[in-house]
Amino acid sequence: MTAVQEPTAEREIGRERRRKEDQRLITGRTRWTDNLNLPGMLHLAMVRSPFAHAKIVSIDTTAAKNATNVVDVLTGADLGEAQGACINAWAITEDQVTPPHLPMPSDRVAFAGEVVAVVVARTAAEARDAAEMVDVEYEQLPAALDLKEAATDAVLAHPDLGTNKSAFWKFDSAEAGTGGDVDAAIATARDGGIVIEREYRQQRLIPAFMEPRSVVVDPTGEQITVWSATQIPHILRFAIAATTGVPESKIRVIAPDVGGGFGGKLQQTPEEMIAFAVARRIGKPVKFTETRSESLMTAHHGRDQWQKMTLAADKDGKVTGLKVELLADLGAYVAIIGGGVPVLGAFMFNSIYKFPAYQFNCQTVLTNKTWTDAYRGAGRPEATYGIERMMDELAAELGEDPIEVRRRNWIDASEFPFTTVAGLEYDSGDYEKATQRAMEMLGYDELRAEQKRRRDAGDRVQLGIGVSTFTEMCGLAPSRVLGQLNYGAGGWEHASVRMLATGKVEVITGASAHGQGHETAFSQIVADRLGVPFEDVEVLHGDTQISHKGLDTYGSRSLVVGGEALVKAVDKVIEKAKPLAAHLLEANAEDLEYVGGRFGVRGTDQGVTIQELAGAAFAAHNYPEDMEPSLDAEATYDPVNFNYPHGTHLCAVEVDTETGQVSIRKYACCDDIGNIINPLIVAGQVHGGLVQGIAQALWEEAVYDDSGTLVSGSFTDYLLPTTADTLSFEVDHTTSPSLTNTLGTKGVGEAGTIASTPAVVNAVVDAVRHLGINDIQMPCTPQRVWKAIQGAGSGGATPGAAMPHFSEDQPGQDSTEGAGA
Amino acid sequence: MTRISLTVDGAKVADDVEPRMLLVQYLRERLGKTGTVVGCDTSNCGACTVHLDGTSVKSCNVLAVQADGCEVTTIEGLAQDGELHPVQEAFRECHGLQCGFCTPGMIMQSVALLKDNPSPSEEEIRLGLEGNLCRCTGYHNIVKAVQHACGQGAGAQQEVTA
Repeated sequence: MTAVQEPTAEREIGRERRRKEDQRLITGRTRWTDNLNLPGMLHLAMVRSPFAHAKIVSIDTTAAKNATNVVDVLTGADLGEAQGACINAWAITEDQVTPPHLPMPSDRVAFAGEVVAVVVARTAAEARDAAEMVDVEYEQLPAALDLKEAATDAVLAHPDLGTNKSAFWKFDSAEAGTGGDVDAAIATARDGGIVIEREYRQQRLIPAFMEPRSVVVDPTGEQITVWSATQIPHILRFAIAATTGVPESKIRVIAPDVGGGFGGKLQQTPEEMIAFAVARRIGKPVKFTETRSESLMTAHHGRDQWQKMTLAADKDGKVTGLKVELLADLGAYVAIIGGGVPVLGAFMFNSIYKFPAYQFNCQTVLTNKTWTDAYRGAGRPEATYGIERMMDELAAELGEDPIEVRRRNWIDASEFPFTTVAGLEYDSGDYEKATQRAMEMLGYDELRAEQKRRRDAGDRVQLGIGVSTFTEMCGLAPSRVLGQLNYGAGGWEHASVRMLATGKVEVITGASAHGQGHETAFSQIVADRLGVPFEDVEVLHGDTQISHKGLDTYGSRSLVVGGEALVKAVDKVIEKAKPLAAHLLEANAEDLEYVGGRFGVRGTDQGVTIQELAGAAFAAHNYPEDMEPSLDAEATYDPVNFNYPHGTHLCAVEVDTETGQVSIRKYACCDDIGNIINPLIVAGQVHGGLVQGIAQALWEEAVYDDSGTLVSGSFTDYLLPTTADTLSFEVDHTTSPSLTNTLGTKGVGEAGTIASTPAVVNAVVDAVRHLGINDIQMPCTPQRVWKAIQGAGSGGATPGAAMPHFSEDQPGQDSTEGAGA
Repeated sequence: MTRISLTVDGAKVADDVEPRMLLVQYLRERLGKTGTVVGCDTSNCGACTVHLDGTSVKSCNVLAVQADGCEVTTIEGLAQDGELHPVQEAFRECHGLQCGFCTPGMIMQSVALLKDNPSPSEEEIRLGLEGNLCRCTGYHNIVKAVQHACGQGAGAQQEVTA
């Protein structure tokens, strides 16, 4: 037992700790799934459909089977029920139309890239060579490719279903009792107020994580071990067990080092299921690693929506109602979250504003394209884009500064907690403060003055300033709310703390990091709360035999849900240690105080450290009779509410009116994410998020040709930004601590992506609005910007405010379809 | 099969390889140098960047047989005697990596960049790293890491150019 020891440790929370993860990553001492090599391991290659929609007439595997070092070639018919199924965890309506999704169908393919056969060989090269020798006869079927056309059921993506319409999901504030009647608000606004009606395109994107997906399955032990480049080892284990009949307890899933995900690895993939089935059948370890082309073509895509919106306001620019109609392209199957992605945006179109009436309608549609699912932000970037573009349109209609119009409509800091028209309770925030700071950082007023000068002078290169204020619901999610939304699982998270005999601490989390830096940030939290050195904390995750419970990483949930579970587990450790400390110190438990990792007897210099107590519990020679000899504890935390970070993002762009070239001059953002655990990691999350969001605005798009072939199926064609395309950012924070978790934290993983896309497009439109342009379809490529400028006055302009929009005889008038596209 | 002999991270190695085998496959599959990774199949991403006789190359774009008689340095051979290379240190210091998958290539390219230009401007850094993709960092801190690495004084600079 130690005598008095002043706690000298600096507070860990808030420190710019360098990451624990980095040493192995910067020296190449990594454990990516594709690095694994097991004795006798066989390699898989997939035979994929070149057609978007076709009947499989026959598959001749003879030549491939006869090739040297080929072990077997298997089809869907060969694997049968053993292949399991790819699940949809979220039927958004009771009557959702959900096509069966076999990992390897044997009768019909529904998108180009779908697997029809798998080759098993001694090397990956030989497997690929033999895949070329598999002779598949297809009978092509008409393919449903265009989203709007598919919504009319002109061509069916799955003929047996009789429709492409999967589910219609609606929220109406009048029906829900959270607000007024939106149609009444619009009718009122048509008579003397302002009605803005627009249609925006959320183009199809590809998550494009840097590590291609890879899976290794070893069936040789009592448990079948699956290593996978996944964000969701726990959910994957559940899905494999639920669809193959193999007991969950016989499956171990490990997500080793995982090279990025952004939602793209939030999936139970056909390739994982096929590898699992093949390994079980052959009895040997197998590996499948996709090529980049396979990844871009068949790993799930994101976004892909048409958004029709009607915003009603009074003549002073106070919004009185918002109506949203979405068409969302699911692709060929309803993926694991699937139609839930647009629903995650349903509560966010009203954003930071006090709208009295709101209605959200979403129709999900099946097509013969790669299936879509979560991509960074999942639903919330779409919502933020929609409303922030509309608020700029309202400002233009009023002839006012877009920030002023937002201010008139947003929730004042004094009004929190605030229940929104979508029924969510925002706990805290200060939109004015974040906006003021962002304006200072950008030099907003100076740039507005420069913009006016250059506009007046008729400069060839025009300056535009884009505004985006945002909030998001993250920290997915309160389990009961998920239940009400018909989601198939809960949203809790689990953590446990193991106090080792030597005083070191093992922390186990159900969150599954793939680049976020959990090992560092979670160590900081535990070091502070438990009063142990940062270096003594080891964070373990991503292995279902170590972290036996968890719901993994997505939706900016790891810190605000997983971190809170950790706090509760640490608190239990301290509670468990207290009677042992009292026993050893021969003191009353009530007289003990826990400071800096040590129980001290108040008013004396007597005390005992948590490390000493861990050692004493391990030896178990002397402990109270009514306690177990262990300090270890675990906690499962179910969040009480979503979590609402917010921020103001401002972007200044230069648009060359002769070439259409857009270049970003300055980007400044002030995000309020509550208390910050590690400012360095937070900055990294913001920077990366910004570039992904900016990339949607300016560069990225998954493009299909008329026959349903992805023509942007390589990094030569899919424009991922490089160092040369991007710039350094001005990033700062205001702090409104969350009131719904102990640490006062808010999610940051998706914030940058959610906020930045509308900031950039608003800036581009702002630069050319004086030419009569009110929209340019994303990505705002030089060609599209140039075309919009050339066509200004005929196709791009807003002809007036309260006019009957979307009439059949004026196609494209206020839609981006065809306008500058 | 063709016989090749080369030096990889200071070690002399020799193997019979298929003429079509890529250098990156040779490094990963035959030598177990899994620190070097494959991120694409069109030589766009640069994740597999190594040094071939002191010049940075995308090792998916070089046949193993072309490396016969050459000296190859991978991310695993960059640290000397347990001391991180200043560029490795700078990436950690400046949080220039998140998932870390692009990092080996990004570091190898940064080392080559600084060898050619010991005090690059931000624009020169951005142009010099254009062939290496990262999806996590938004490049902001990668650029800062390279700036940090070359601002370490003459001693560090010598190491950078070594």
